[in-house]
Amino acid sequence: MSRAFRTISENNTLDKSKVINFTFNGDSFQGYEGDTLASALIANGVHLVGRSFKYHRPRGFLGVGVEEPNAMVQLHEGDKSEPNIMATEVEITEGLKAKSQNCWPSVKFDIGEVNNILKRFFPAGFYYKTFMWPKSFWMKVYEPIIRKAAGMGVAPIKPDPDRYEHNYEHCDVLVVGSGPSGLASALAAANNGARVILAEDKAHFGGSLLTDNVTIGNKSGKEWADETISYLKSLPNVIVKNRSQVFGYYDHNMTVMFERVSDHIHNPDQYMPRQRLHYIRAAEVIISTGSIERPLSFGNNDRPGIFLASAANEYMKVYGTLVGKKPIIFTNNDSAYKAAIEFHKNNIKSLIIDTRPSSDGELVKEAQSLGLVIKFNSGIADVKGRLKVTSAIVGKFNSDKESYASLEEFECDCICMSGGWTPTVHLSSQAGNKLKFDESLDAFVPNNKRQKETAVGAANGSFTLNQSLAEGFQVGFDLSNSITSNNKNTTVPTSNEASFQPHDKFWCMPLPKGKNPSRFIDFQNDVAVSDIELAFREGFRSIEHVKRYTTLGMAGDQGKTSNLNGLQHVSNIQKKIVPEVGHTTFRPPYTPVTIGTIVGREVGNHFQPSRKTPTHEWHVTNNVVFTNAGLWLRPRYYPRGSETMSDAVNREALNVRKNVGICDVTSLGKIDIKGPDAAELLNRVYTNAWMKLPVGKARYGVMLREDGMVFDDGTTTRLSENHFHMTTTTAQAANVLSHLEFYLQVVWPELKVNVLSTTEQWSGAAIAGPKSRDLMQKLFPKVDFSTENFPFMGLVETEFEGIHAKLYRISFSGELAYEVNVESNHGLFMWNEIMKAGEEFGIQPYGTEALATLRIEMGHVSGPELDGRAVPYDLGLQGMVSQKKDFIGKRSLEKDAFVNPLRQTLVGLVPVDKKTKIPEGAHLVENDKVSLPNPKLGHVSSSCWSVEYNNPFSIGVLKDGKNKIGQQLFAVYPLKDISIPVEVVSSHYVDPKGERVRV
Amino acid sequence: MLEIKCPYCGKRSQNEFAYGGDATVKRPNLGEEVSTKDWDDFVYYRDNPRGKHTEYWHHVSGCRQWFKASRDTATHEIFNTSSLEEEI
Ligand SMILES: [Zn+2]
Repeated sequence: MSRAFRTISENNTLDKSKVINFTFNGDSFQGYEGDTLASALIANGVHLVGRSFKYHRPRGFLGVGVEEPNAMVQLHEGDKSEPNIMATEVEITEGLKAKSQNCWPSVKFDIGEVNNILKRFFPAGFYYKTFMWPKSFWMKVYEPIIRKAAGMGVAPIKPDPDRYEHNYEHCDVLVVGSGPSGLASALAAANNGARVILAEDKAHFGGSLLTDNVTIGNKSGKEWADETISYLKSLPNVIVKNRSQVFGYYDHNMTVMFERVSDHIHNPDQYMPRQRLHYIRAAEVIISTGSIERPLSFGNNDRPGIFLASAANEYMKVYGTLVGKKPIIFTNNDSAYKAAIEFHKNNIKSLIIDTRPSSDGELVKEAQSLGLVIKFNSGIADVKGRLKVTSAIVGKFNSDKESYASLEEFECDCICMSGGWTPTVHLSSQAGNKLKFDESLDAFVPNNKRQKETAVGAANGSFTLNQSLAEGFQVGFDLSNSITSNNKNTTVPTSNEASFQPHDKFWCMPLPKGKNPSRFIDFQNDVAVSDIELAFREGFRSIEHVKRYTTLGMAGDQGKTSNLNGLQHVSNIQKKIVPEVGHTTFRPPYTPVTIGTIVGREVGNHFQPSRKTPTHEWHVTNNVVFTNAGLWLRPRYYPRGSETMSDAVNREALNVRKNVGICDVTSLGKIDIKGPDAAELLNRVYTNAWMKLPVGKARYGVMLREDGMVFDDGTTTRLSENHFHMTTTTAQAANVLSHLEFYLQVVWPELKVNVLSTTEQWSGAAIAGPKSRDLMQKLFPKVDFSTENFPFMGLVETEFEGIHAKLYRISFSGELAYEVNVESNHGLFMWNEIMKAGEEFGIQPYGTEALATLRIEMGHVSGPELDGRAVPYDLGLQGMVSQKKDFIGKRSLEKDAFVNPLRQTLVGLVPVDKKTKIPEGAHLVENDKVSLPNPKLGHVSSSCWSVEYNNPFSIGVLKDGKNKIGQQLFAVYPLKDISIPVEVVSSHYVDPKGERVRV
Repeated sequence: MLEIKCPYCGKRSQNEFAYGGDATVKRPNLGEEVSTKDWDDFVYYRDNPRGKHTEYWHHVSGCRQWFKASRDTATHEIFNTSSLEEEI
């Protein structure tokens, strides 16, 4: 394979015995184990990776890690395809397939590049300005063009086949970042007995110690890092994680981290998760996230081959990769000289351009002693080379640094730039830390903390190794001491590094005379110096407005390399100091997180828990179609042969009206209520009277919220003097229990009552239809089912083959009906016995659809009517409201609006043609031909096919409904252009006197 | 995600709890004459302070006890939690 762009030194993290094959845009390449996609491509001389977002300019690599704004790729194919991945964050694996995105038809020839030529038409605020153009122009011309041009990667359209996991961790001290200050903190805290988690985003620990020529104690920085990590790993109180990014800092010291568990493994074990999301609640968080180098702004500074100097250095030292062989180092500070020195170790001489008049830093002196040419007081005005940089136009500054005295062209194949360093304060800011501007650093650093977090090292603005180590050890000890009260101090080792001189607060190069090349600030969103100037000319002043207008820092990289430069440019233009301009807010996630990781195992059937009734398997065997009722899976209908849903529903409902049906009602909420004040509690929560309900009898009850709206309904049975069995709707079961607990614990603690959910303890089967009594008599021969002895709303406790059974004579269908309740573990047995015994009576199971048909025909209200907007009067329940006692919500019923006779009240609706089903949600209007807005008189809440009358029937609420019976209105559904003439009838469509349930 | 100390169970994650509103509101006694204004104040009107707020929480996926918490609505700092009987 090509070794053209590899270093001489083998002292890096590559394993050259392991060659890895991969493809990029269909071409085959080789790299080594330890390479990232970025380092492997660079080693193969590939620098053109993609096209920029707005202008489709050719782009390569800028960075080496999470700061990368340009090199976004699409990884893998088919269902594993993943867009917008930073090539710098991908470790290559055998067979990896990657391709460029945001370019068509190819990365070298991109049609969208016409945007670049037309860029004076795509300035800052372009998207906003298009909104002011005529609608037809926007819809037909611009919107389609923007959509086609602006897309980044392509989202996969198939379900994600990978597995993701969530994990919850607690620790005393979480250390984020394993550079010198992070390692020092972790070491000091761990030695002092704290439970420590150390998290490193990269595959390798050590941060700047992997790239800087420093010594700690008598070891090189890298050796010290390796040794410290091995030691920490050996401690039982420490968890060490690499490939793990802490991306979010939330309230109460909750941080969230993703771990790339198997992304770097070829053919991982079947059940190994791809990534794992860790929720870490730490008593203290130490933020040792280091710093990110800033680019310099000069003409065409986005060309492929232009790198951050630190990235070039890291590619050499960590990945054994040369970003070029004819480098220009361009800097306003000492740190970039490290790259020049490292190039020199590979027998490559750099040309160094330094904006400063001079520097006495040790690295500068070393470069000079190596014989490297340094051009002080100079800058790069422009570069040549479109698909890759080929030369730089270098100028000597005039004294005001606003123009060049002379320009000279130098050939190069890469430019390594450094505009100074920005502390990575994202997590501190997310934690609520009020940052302050540090003049000497030209950057924001953490200041006033709100949560238990402490920044150390470069993240805290401490850029020397000595400072970083001292801070790390001190903070690690202090925080662990405050938690463990131990006093075991760790000795701070001595350290040595090159001294450096201050940086030049000058990073935006003047333009060459008569030329106007773009000087980019935000590479990912294509925001140039001129865009910020334009925003200012157009009157934008607040940094938040400038950000939104220009989209500066709003790309996926969240401005990691652009925020500070953009901010400084705004402050330069406004002639204000940076702190007055302020900064935008940092928000999670620090780096993009794949959706699968956030979702974890909560996909498919695990999206939420499924509650299954004891007879679930029986339904499955009998061809059920389930519906979700909250978390419950309830039988919806049981189609036979080629039946459609409505065939099946009508058959099931008719069978209840004619013979007998059985319905699984286990999911209805059940609450056991016990205590001497149990009846008093019911009297207060229900609108009707409960004190005199005899033992063994059930009563229908309606409960309100304090604002007078109907909250829930159901039957409650008195099992004994101080013991009741309450039922609620399936939907409100949990809320009713919380409601009762609130009043018992908070409002009326003097009541002696206990409430307990027993929903899952009882398996319930409703047996409904004119033949239900015969069936019950056959099942329970010892019970007298005559109305005299077992009337409507009665309870009989009996047994079936030794099983305790509670029989309630209650009805939701409006037919003669019973409910058989047995303990859940006997539910399936009981159900099977009922089916066997019911065969001769023509028993059939019926689901929630038939149940709905039956109750709608009878005018019984349910969820769609109890929508939180109805008082009892609206639903014809005023007879349920006691005038003699007070109860929850009663006072509200006196409000003027609630006693208005014109309120919308419950009515029945039949289409005039007796054929057209009325859609639920349709509005009721007097005239369907008037211009909008058409006054709305009410709406349709529930619709069914009446099996009793063989025509559609609906119920709904209608203004002054009682006085509109017999009138003709229109049910309109403008979304689908539907208008149906309907006749208003009583909501009690079938058996209006309610005789059937009492036979 | 907040970490809330249930007075009965200890510190637990917020997802075990349900918020229950302003704990300084007192429901008028049953059977008592209540003016429309007082009733409306009780049902509808709540202060929306920035800063310290005494509120109810329900340990709904835990011991099912209601309790009081004193929380800063701006920073989410929880100063204290207490059982219903205790002064907070
Ligand atoms: Zn609790």
